[in-house]
Amino acid sequence: MDYFVNDKGYYGDFGGAYIPEMLYPNVEELRQQYLSIIQEPSFQREFKALLKDYVGRPSPLYLAKRLSEKYGANIFLKREDLNHTGAHKINNTIGQILLAEKLGKRRIIAETGAGQHGVATATVCALRGLECIVYMGEVDIKRQAPNVARMKMLGATVVPATSGSKTLKDATNEAMRDWINNPIDTHYIIGSVVGPHPYPDMVATFQSIISEETKKQLLEQTGSAEPDYVLACVGGGSNAIGMFYHFINDENVKLIAVEAGGKGVNSGYSAATTALGKEGVLHGSRSILMQTTDGQVVEPHSVSAGLDYPGIGPQHAHLFKTGRGKYVSITDDESLNAGLLLTKLEGIIPAIESAHALAYLEYMNFNGGENVVVCLSGRGDKDMETYMKHFNL
Amino acid sequence: MNRLQQLFQTKKKNLLSIYYTAGYPNLNDTVKIAEALEKAGADFMEIGFPYSDPVADGPTIQASSKEALDNGMTLEVLFEQLKDLREKVSIPILLMGYVNVVLQYGVANFCKKCKEVGVDGCIIPDLPMYEYEELYRGCFDENGISNIFLVTPQTSDERIRKIDSLSNAFIYLLSSAATTGKDLAVTENARAYFSRIQSMNLNNPIMIGFGISDKQTFNSANEYASGAIIGSAFVKNIDKNELEGSINSFMSQFK
Repeated sequence: MDYFVNDKGYYGDFGGAYIPEMLYPNVEELRQQYLSIIQEPSFQREFKALLKDYVGRPSPLYLAKRLSEKYGANIFLKREDLNHTGAHKINNTIGQILLAEKLGKRRIIAETGAGQHGVATATVCALRGLECIVYMGEVDIKRQAPNVARMKMLGATVVPATSGSKTLKDATNEAMRDWINNPIDTHYIIGSVVGPHPYPDMVATFQSIISEETKKQLLEQTGSAEPDYVLACVGGGSNAIGMFYHFINDENVKLIAVEAGGKGVNSGYSAATTALGKEGVLHGSRSILMQTTDGQVVEPHSVSAGLDYPGIGPQHAHLFKTGRGKYVSITDDESLNAGLLLTKLEGIIPAIESAHALAYLEYMNFNGGENVVVCLSGRGDKDMETYMKHFNL
Repeated sequence: MNRLQQLFQTKKKNLLSIYYTAGYPNLNDTVKIAEALEKAGADFMEIGFPYSDPVADGPTIQASSKEALDNGMTLEVLFEQLKDLREKVSIPILLMGYVNVVLQYGVANFCKKCKEVGVDGCIIPDLPMYEYEELYRGCFDENGISNIFLVTPQTSDERIRKIDSLSNAFIYLLSSAATTGKDLAVTENARAYFSRIQSMNLNNPIMIGFGISDKQTFNSANEYASGAIIGSAFVKNIDKNELEGSINSFMSQFK
């Protein structure tokens, strides 16, 4: 079974580039050039140097002893929360900003939900002196004021998306419209493994550093590069693909992707895409998405803004359909409890996104001695208000 | 040969096509607007079926789509409304909308239903050429439905040739690379682009759309094409309380 993209831009039944003609030249330019640019030694040198000296990689693989005792397995945390800007998102924006420079683009656009990808994009634009416009749902702008302030301080223009539900999905639509209207000088930095081919593959390539490092670190720490389980949360799915990437062809490693169940999968307030969705096209690729029988996109819900998305990337849809990955969901409350638990046991406040992956440990049965890697995709500072409200802190 | 193909055989210049959104301003206005447009002199029309995330559209059509969805418009409802269409309207009709809605309805079903109610073609901006050719062309051809492709200033000559070979009614030439609803500026660049397309001597006639809003922009477009398509400007002009009157007054400028 091939779990990676083929030469037509598909992962099995999923992927492709379902875009209007207005976007075709931009996407085609990327498609033709992304592999050769990324593979250039000079690109790789610069990318790796920035990841090391600017982002702070490699991020630690930390054996969480007290958490391990609680669950009866060796729980390793891949500490993406320790990256500059506090999440895995920066791995991708560093890669894409270098790519944009090679393509001669001077204007950068991005969409953002919680603001993490927006901050990561604004950061690399400041670093390289490029113009930055971030589209963000009007509702999210109100919910995520600190990240809006960070983006502005970094020099980005934050444009409110006022159409539809005024959240991440609509910010993505607005960014695509911007790209349609500015086809020559603009590069669109998509923040997840979604969008038309080659975005899912390109973002996955940049995020694959997560599993590349994990393998080396596991080998050093345990004597084996192959864990029994790898867990990550999935909204669009970029940290999960990064965490899975170099394990996908190791069929002994079980991959577990944790979606946001919201108030419960059947509550009408959920973002559990594989449970609730059907095959279709969203934001330029064929995948699985939450939709009505008429094909209208349904509004998702999650306490975690980063998982509040009605689709998943096409590679995830393929891993799900082939059974290579196990896709499960965790409710808002379960994730918040898991976030508090990690804080109490290990002194780490995780992003609520990452807490979804941690929460699934409760549902796993261990014999003792299994090696489990959980991607701690981001830190929880941005979620303090939610935690404080929920736990009356 | 469908009505659209016949039309282009008989009329070569100054064709006027109007786009509007099905189910807007009221759910049951779809056929009323079609009748009014035919009476007011439109050569053909494009009926948009709404989608929640219309990325190629500007604010006007986003808003009419949203309202249509709120009114309860679906593809199922639209085909029901169009059931007796051909007893009332005889000019060619295209359906226009996004691919996910068609995929959920089923492409084969969609084409069959189009034929049944008398739709002649469709425009699905985010249906890629590759998928159309490999997977769906058969369904369209079997039912005599013309699939219309878009061309922008950035589309390469090679790709335009390919589009020409896959087309059998007309090619939809975008006046600029933009979302719908922006004014046409016939700049030096636009003239060069229109002339480049003209000089390619394509097999299919050209209709220019996006940015055509009135008689003046319509006339400019007609210097370079068989006709032009008006969407946002027409939708913006629709008056809920004065449906037929507002349509007639908009259309009167083209007489």
